[in-house]
Amino acid sequence: MSIVPAQAATGETPTRLVRTAAERWSWRATPSLIVGGVILAFWVICALVGPWVVPIDPYVDDMLNSLIPPDATHWFGTDQLGRDVFARVIVGARDILTIAPLATLLGVGVGAALGLVLGYVGGILDAIVGRLLDALMSLPLIVLALMTLVAVGSSNLAVIVVIGLVYAPLVARTVRTAVRAQRERDYVAAARLGGAGALSIMLLEILPNVRQPILIESIVRLGYAFFTVATLSFLGLGIQPPSADWGLAIADGYGFLTGGFWWVVTFNAGAIISLVIATNLVADGLGTFEA
Amino acid sequence: MRLAFGRFILARAGLLVLTLWLVSAIVFAGGQVLPGDVGRTLLGPLADAQAVAAINHQYGTDRPLVVQYWDWLSHAVTGDLGTSVVLRAPVAPFVAAALKNSAALAAMALMLVVPIGIGTGVWAGLRAGSTTDRVIILTSVSAAIVPDFVTALVLMMVLGLWLDWFPITGAAPEGSGLLVSVYYLILPALPLVLIYNGYIARMARAGMVEALNADYTRTAVLKGLPMHKVLLGHVLRNALMPTIAVIATQIGYLLGGLVVIESLFHIQGLGNLVLSAAKARDFPMLEAGVMTMAAVYAISAAAGDLLQALLDPRLRRSGAL
Repeated sequence: MSIVPAQAATGETPTRLVRTAAERWSWRATPSLIVGGVILAFWVICALVGPWVVPIDPYVDDMLNSLIPPDATHWFGTDQLGRDVFARVIVGARDILTIAPLATLLGVGVGAALGLVLGYVGGILDAIVGRLLDALMSLPLIVLALMTLVAVGSSNLAVIVVIGLVYAPLVARTVRTAVRAQRERDYVAAARLGGAGALSIMLLEILPNVRQPILIESIVRLGYAFFTVATLSFLGLGIQPPSADWGLAIADGYGFLTGGFWWVVTFNAGAIISLVIATNLVADGLGTFEA
Repeated sequence: MRLAFGRFILARAGLLVLTLWLVSAIVFAGGQVLPGDVGRTLLGPLADAQAVAAINHQYGTDRPLVVQYWDWLSHAVTGDLGTSVVLRAPVAPFVAAALKNSAALAAMALMLVVPIGIGTGVWAGLRAGSTTDRVIILTSVSAAIVPDFVTALVLMMVLGLWLDWFPITGAAPEGSGLLVSVYYLILPALPLVLIYNGYIARMARAGMVEALNADYTRTAVLKGLPMHKVLLGHVLRNALMPTIAVIATQIGYLLGGLVVIESLFHIQGLGNLVLSAAKARDFPMLEAGVMTMAAVYAISAAAGDLLQALLDPRLRRSGAL
């Protein structure tokens, strides 16, 4: 990892006063960061203002014009209910771009807190909770999410909570490892001698020093959150109709593929692919994959 | 030495049992919050409360949780996985058949992905730091993050419907031979290959970079060995051992992909079984399916750890695992 702070490598106590802006933003504007950033920005804008800029109402059925191939009026054609696919793809960015980041935030928040406590306290608590987390992680994420969503019923809030909680153990494991590396450092011992409590050591001393792994984990998790939200919607357990969500649209449209109606699946699949790859490019630009 | 290895195996087996027990408790607890009880599921929303209670008594779901859990666990270890609430038949034969179908799909995916992933990683590793290397790794990691149902549908459209190279269902017609069955499984396996490939290629690349920079490689080059001998005898041997062990450890990740792929390609495997059991609220079936997945995952993880210890004596001596 090239973006681990220099202090961590040399073992010096971090001195926040002399850290320059360049050190804080130690990555450069690589091509992948720019391309990924532009595509992400496009979808964020679609999510924000989509409903007000699309030329055709994305929610209005028009059964007389169902499954029309792309033409001058319907750029991406129409779906099985005659709704304009172009308008729905633009508007469809909203739900996934709301749910996935919120789920990531929840997962990283809970996971980081758990990882901080486990890594700092250690001992028997770490052993017991660690085993439980391992057991949880021996179930495929999608199966865990599926079981929980069937149990509590699907709603946007449920999807956020479920994905967040499913991701928390993964984040906790990463943060725990990073915290354990910091725990024996001199600055922690100094803070302890200075009379600082466990809570303030964890939050004020250790947390700032493990924020790089947390940031990296967040971006990687965001990519997988898009993956999971889209998959759950496709399976009928995520975002619910009449949302213009992409996964949902593909689930409704793929049955028509064999009849030659390719456009619903193709344009919605293109939207998902561009979103996850853009996220991946940004993660790469931030140095995530430099092993 | 021999004693230490025996202890390592025992410890790993103990961990395996502990993990499976914890998973069973989690799954059982999770199943209890499923809305609607067994009687309601069977008789429908209009049935009267007495009949529902009678059914619940017949299935034993009115007993305390701990009793139910013990009853289920003690039967499960003898191979009796319970009776499906929806199909009213023992679930074990269904799970066994599903496991067989899933295993065929997973085996197909592994047979394709291991050579492709290792090849990609080795190729990138030999060019570490170059643009080729970056493009290869970025492409394989990007392909791995596209949801599998999307890749599956794109492949279905291009290879199945447009070029007409492959059938778009995964289940070969009744009574077809082995070759035909294998042919039907290629298209469903490809999305899994793409997901897994990014991971294996990165592992193999990291191993290559490490081995290429190692002292023993420098020694081999400097003592005048021809380059192909250095690569085959020194670099690849050391570079790929961790990757091979990791492949075994991570077989469990394939299971997550099965849910979507099997339902898209109409394969009656574990993923499809879990999905339909969850949607039908068939708790015994769901629990058996999920536990089977967890068992496959945990066993392959343990096998991977053992393999790694066999390949790398340092690990078993340090007790790192």
